[in-house]
Amino acid sequence: MSVGVRPKSPTERLLAANAWLVFAFLYAPIVVLAVFSFNDNNNVGIWTEFSFRWYGEMFQNAPVMNALKNSLIVAAVSTTVSTVLGTATAVALERYRFRGQRLFDGLVYMPVIIPDVTMAVMMLLFFASAFRMTGGFGLSFGLGTISLSHIAFSISFVAIVVRARLGQLDPSLEEAAADLYAGRWMTFRKVTLPLIAPAVAGGALLALTLSLDDVVVTSFVAGPGSTTLPVYVFGLVRRGVTPLINAVSMVMLTASMVLVAVSLVFQRERGGRSVSGDA
Amino acid sequence: MKKVLLMVAVLALVAAACGGDDDAVSAASCEAGQVDGNLNFYNWSEYIDPELIEAFEAEYGVDVIESFYESNEAMLAQLQSGVSYDLIVPSDYMVAIMIQEGLLVELNKDAIPNFANMAERFTTQPYDNGAKYSAAYQYGTTGLGVNVSLVGEDFPRSWALLFDPALTANFPGGVSVLNDPRETMGAALEYLGYSINDTDIDHLNEAVAVIQAAKANIATFDSDQYDEALVTGQVAVSHGYSGNMILAIGDADNPDDFVYILPEEGATLWVDNMAIPTNSAAVCTAHAFINFLLDAENGAALTNWNYYASPNAASTPFIDQEVNDFNAEADTAKLEVIVDQGDYEINYTDAFAEAKS
Amino acid sequence: MSPTELQESPTDVVEVATPKLERDARRADARRGFLIASPSLFYLILFFAIPLGIVFVYSFATRSSTGLTLLEGWNLDSYRRLWDPLVGEIAFRSLLLATTTTAICLLVSYPLAYYMATRTARTRTILFVLVMIPFWSNFLVRTYAWRVLLGTEGPISQISEALGGDPIRILFTNTAVLIGLVYGFLPFMVLPLYASLERMDWSLIEAGRDLYATGWTAFRKITLPISMPGVIAGSILVFIPTLGAYVTPAILGGARTTLLGDYIVSQFLAARNQPFGSALSFAVLAVMLVATIIYFRSGARNL
Repeated sequence: MSVGVRPKSPTERLLAANAWLVFAFLYAPIVVLAVFSFNDNNNVGIWTEFSFRWYGEMFQNAPVMNALKNSLIVAAVSTTVSTVLGTATAVALERYRFRGQRLFDGLVYMPVIIPDVTMAVMMLLFFASAFRMTGGFGLSFGLGTISLSHIAFSISFVAIVVRARLGQLDPSLEEAAADLYAGRWMTFRKVTLPLIAPAVAGGALLALTLSLDDVVVTSFVAGPGSTTLPVYVFGLVRRGVTPLINAVSMVMLTASMVLVAVSLVFQRERGGRSVSGDA
Repeated sequence: MKKVLLMVAVLALVAAACGGDDDAVSAASCEAGQVDGNLNFYNWSEYIDPELIEAFEAEYGVDVIESFYESNEAMLAQLQSGVSYDLIVPSDYMVAIMIQEGLLVELNKDAIPNFANMAERFTTQPYDNGAKYSAAYQYGTTGLGVNVSLVGEDFPRSWALLFDPALTANFPGGVSVLNDPRETMGAALEYLGYSINDTDIDHLNEAVAVIQAAKANIATFDSDQYDEALVTGQVAVSHGYSGNMILAIGDADNPDDFVYILPEEGATLWVDNMAIPTNSAAVCTAHAFINFLLDAENGAALTNWNYYASPNAASTPFIDQEVNDFNAEADTAKLEVIVDQGDYEINYTDAFAEAKS
Repeated sequence: MSPTELQESPTDVVEVATPKLERDARRADARRGFLIASPSLFYLILFFAIPLGIVFVYSFATRSSTGLTLLEGWNLDSYRRLWDPLVGEIAFRSLLLATTTTAICLLVSYPLAYYMATRTARTRTILFVLVMIPFWSNFLVRTYAWRVLLGTEGPISQISEALGGDPIRILFTNTAVLIGLVYGFLPFMVLPLYASLERMDWSLIEAGRDLYATGWTAFRKITLPISMPGVIAGSILVFIPTLGAYVTPAILGGARTTLLGDYIVSQFLAARNQPFGSALSFAVLAVMLVATIIYFRSGARNL
């Protein structure tokens, strides 16, 4: 990329300074969170002394571990499904013209707009009536209803992000590819998908965040044994939040950073091999 | 055509939603100690000692599946929609609503011999007089945490600590007030000499004026972190629940700087209760669990773990002295339970929104 | 680009003259588009539109004295109540907060996204993930951490004290609310912006620089218009959720004023007034949907 070679201009310096400031802003509370996870006090904000107490308690706390497990299952399912559906939505809306498209267009924005408590109430009423009408088929409230609800609001976030990217791609590129590869699907896989990949990844990350943070909708559509981590944390009103939750957060952060690092290394190795293969 | 179909589907769903499933459940015919399946227990997070759960599982040979909720209202909405749990822990006013809605099973006291341990005060409360549908789980008060090093030793034991601008103007950091329409409107009503359950709209408007006048020194309306705001010195006086206050003050850098008081005008008594929803699939196990927790030593273990006061009169000798001391004031203070006021509830919500804006 | 514009565009006028073959191809294309859309369309109708229909019906119902929704005595009372000055005041305040938050997010995120997009492929990926990682911790704990930072014992206050000033408590002020909201919604702005700036054709900018003496003009005439879809998507993803935000304002701002989000929550939960809560939600939905579509169209035209 030519940009990297260019000498550092004042604009470039300003941009770099802004980036450092924003990252400092993003990570300042994470540092606090990390420090207090090693705090031997029941309060999140009073420092007593360094200890691994909460990390120890975390693994012995069955409800917390169960809630963490539930959260991860729901997040994995809802992120995967909503990324696929959201990307398809964006492609259909941006690349095709069909009847009812405008209604669909409006429908896609609604889940972003609707207040979460309204979404919570309506999903609860909907599932309750659906189970009652069908006699349930043995289905009931639980991780399934939570995942279905998370997907319902995540599709839109993915679709909006991907669509913005598609909207600025030159369709002639895809048209040329279509002539080359013949198949629409091949064109999508070989040309469109690589071009929109950053947006798809961005949408997926947003969907993941939304799912990991949702309290209101989840608490309405949960069933026996399906409490997720955020609902558990908000349910601590009688006891107050303890640094135990900081410890859980730190474990989640560390795990995701390790995952990212591993995938980066993996990418480089693959990239390296293919280069040497070419040589 | 499609739209018509959609409308039909919606209407059918709505019809189904309001269609009744109010099968009246009579008092269960369980015997003491009888179990009929695993227990789906729906509770606030970290409100029970896990060892008690394990002990119950071992003694009765059943599993306890714990789920947690973050508000009485979310739990109510779930039960109204037919989500099935066997044992829940609603607060006082919510018990009254659930009884009215026919959501609770009438308790069979024959299956709960330990009910004899219950202090009399908790069988005569207005939300469930006679304790037909509920058994008190834990209770506490809503009062004021005071930072003596900021307020001084000599302060009135009154809601004036929140609402008298002449007084609060001198408090560094101001005060923290609960972000809860009934608690805070109730506190203002009591400050004016009315009942926390007063339903005179003129009195309510006076209460709005009180809060508005005090607002300059109200740093925050907070229902979650009021205890921490107090002990970290962000505010001088904090309106909040007893159990969180005792925990936070105990862990403060200098616990002697803080006291928890109940205003003389009167304060809120709140009670969380065990109750069995009508769609429970293990009514007998739920009775067995209630009986288990009302045992003198088990009740004490519960209180020693979560620091809230025990309604179990037989537990007192087994409870840690400091917890008993902390909760002793509740026995003599002027306390009232918040009662659901039906249609008038909307006025509290609106008054609170108005007072804040 | 919206469907309407396409229909009105000159290519469509020519359609009258196009041979049958092309029309068939167009039909096949429409069918394929519908096919691609159908899984999500089906999903959103089943798991969003129908549930939404239920609360729409509820908005015309009556609240019983115990807070139950009675599906009878249909009326418009809940909608009439929307004209209460209190509602207007609350809505205005929320709009103001959402606008400010969105503007700050945009100002901070655009240069960041630009910076990220101009790095090498590897650095880009790393920075991209670094933006998201903080948000995989727990929301409440993250917000509590801000309380520590903004309180009287936080670093800002301590710096002030070290310089001989008074302790500063930013906590419980509007500034604290803004900091919290900008923090919470930053990724929703950065990601679409980054996605629209990444892989931008930089030779275009080079050419622009040659054409328009200053870099700023080149930016304004070329980079900004090309990234406009990202700006629009980001603004929508930040503006709309902030409009309904209530947890962050409560924890960091002290909930000293009522916002739209907590007003709606209190109707559904504390007041158990589902009809009014539903009516409020529909008012927000209608206004925002129209605004979003207008905004999207006008933005698209700028391209």
